[in-house]
Amino acid sequence: MEIVIAIAIGVLFGSGVWLVLRPRTFQVITGLLLLSYAVNLFIFIMGRLSINLPPLTLEKGPIDPALYADPVPQALVLTAIVIGFATTALYLVVLLASRGMTGTDHVEGREPEL
Amino acid sequence: MSNHWLDQLLITPILLPLLSAALLVFINQRRHQLKFTINLLSCLALLVNAGALVYLTDTGHWPRDIGVYLAANWATPFGIALMADRLAAMMLLLSAVIALAALLYAYARWSRTGVHFHSLFQFLLMGINGAFLTGDLFNLFVFFEIMLAASYGLVLHGFNAARVRAGMQYIVINLVSSFFFLIGVALIYAAAGTLNMADLATRLTGLNATDRLLLETGAAILAVAFLTKSAVWPLGFWLPTTYSAASPPVAAMLVLMTKVGVYILLRLWLLVFADHAGVASALGGNALLTIGVVTIAFGSIGLLASQELGRMAGYSAIISSGTLLAAIGYGQPNVISAALFYLLSSTLAVAALVMLIELIERIRKPSAAMLALTMEAFAIGDAPEQDDSAGVPIPAAMAFLGLAFFACALIIAGLPPLSGFIAKFSLFHAMLNPYGLSAVTADVGTLAAWLLMALIIVSGLAAVISLMRYGVRTFWATESTPPRLQLTEAGAVAGLLFLCVVATVQAGPLRSYLDRVSIGLHHPADYTQRVLSTPTVPGVVNPEGSE
Repeated sequence: MEIVIAIAIGVLFGSGVWLVLRPRTFQVITGLLLLSYAVNLFIFIMGRLSINLPPLTLEKGPIDPALYADPVPQALVLTAIVIGFATTALYLVVLLASRGMTGTDHVEGREPEL
Repeated sequence: MSNHWLDQLLITPILLPLLSAALLVFINQRRHQLKFTINLLSCLALLVNAGALVYLTDTGHWPRDIGVYLAANWATPFGIALMADRLAAMMLLLSAVIALAALLYAYARWSRTGVHFHSLFQFLLMGINGAFLTGDLFNLFVFFEIMLAASYGLVLHGFNAARVRAGMQYIVINLVSSFFFLIGVALIYAAAGTLNMADLATRLTGLNATDRLLLETGAAILAVAFLTKSAVWPLGFWLPTTYSAASPPVAAMLVLMTKVGVYILLRLWLLVFADHAGVASALGGNALLTIGVVTIAFGSIGLLASQELGRMAGYSAIISSGTLLAAIGYGQPNVISAALFYLLSSTLAVAALVMLIELIERIRKPSAAMLALTMEAFAIGDAPEQDDSAGVPIPAAMAFLGLAFFACALIIAGLPPLSGFIAKFSLFHAMLNPYGLSAVTADVGTLAAWLLMALIIVSGLAAVISLMRYGVRTFWATESTPPRLQLTEAGAVAGLLFLCVVATVQAGPLRSYLDRVSIGLHHPADYTQRVLSTPTVPGVVNPEGSE
């Protein structure tokens, strides 16, 4: 299972990096979204992969950590998703503003001279 | 823990801007006088608060001179701890001072050229203050994002094509560096199982080799994020464009934001990765030194090549970041203390310069065509007339501009008699005598130290050449009508420069204070013990299960 997740994150991250380096704003924002998926998955698996383990306990007294998933990365990833979502949405607004003001979707705000 | 009321001073620099920003959102843009007053009161309160923290951390009010505030009364490694030592208190004071100056400057025109300037300004302050105070890596990420989100809005403030283009690049770079930040944090958590900085420092010794490697990888990736913020060489190409495109008060706040990256590096490296002697960091010390040196060289070349004052200010900020990083990489306590003096002086001077730029530009083109455009875009009814009652135009505007520009140039270049000279001189002094004057070592400084000193001098020369070229061209070679300056605008610049003069005259007491700051930083054990041993406040409701 680890290897599948690792390859998935690698593919997402690689595609994201390639798209971020492209000259059109739409490609850049798609790249940013892919990067944020990759990063969120990465944070998530840093709590180690596990199946059918609850992250929380309601029992009193000492517990066995092996029976529970690590709740901290789950909380972190939730925060990271919200923040990443908000900032990407903000970028979308700037992208539209730039398109409207300059009339081109090139990241430099003008078409390259060929 | 005798007096819990004073502990609340650690949370107010975060809560106060949050509340005033939230309040400001609901006030109509037409009532800008009221909005400005609320913002000003909040900034003044922050200044007083920061002053109180500087006093409390230096007079033995708290054990080991570090104040700790447990958010929601959770015990330390589990909850988020806020902490203020001398360095954090000093940086809070610096941010309050620059915020006050930027706000005063913005009063005459900029705060009215778009909506929500005041709210965003307060959110930015909340993020910056939070980043200075937090003791938790993930919480640091959250405050960084608050700061960045507010700065995105502010960079776009006064909407025109140049700002949108610069803002777009600025946002992408910061989003990507935030991803690096997250990866670094996740790796550190995977290796050490904690995100509390103090807890991390204590757990480091017990790690096995694999985890240690993972942690160092995480730290290096984390450093990429901070180095992007402080705009060092391969990561700093965004800075000059953004600075010259942003409106002047916002650019002043951006100058402060680059120092947040430097602050975090200083804190984390000395706390977590310092070796047991508490001196040079074993991991990445040389890398920081090298990056710093290359950054100074890059900044100097950029400075010589720029024609526009906005870009010159940007490259000065890059040189300042480079010098600071090289000094952090160097690592000795008295080098750090000299570097902190340099940080204060260069931040104040560059912030003054970016605000001065617009005033100087008025000599050349007094119109404000751009202003009219944004007024239309945001449908703001009462356009401020060019010379309305917002402050009194000051006489002798040309003399003021010339003198202020000259003072900025002197400080940035590091020439006597102002504080820039003292900063660079004490930096050299510390590098040549890394163990203090009393040490009986015959060594005359390492090769790296000589190289660094040579580069710092060359960067000073570059600053002199390019700033004087600009100054001569602007003040002497053009016949110009004196521009109209508002009292608030000139006052903001003059205030920052006055503080530099104060730092020059009071250099002795200031240096001894900074020595204490630096010595505190070089005793990470004090910090970790203080944070980890802070008890929860008894007698209030405790979270379930924590006794």
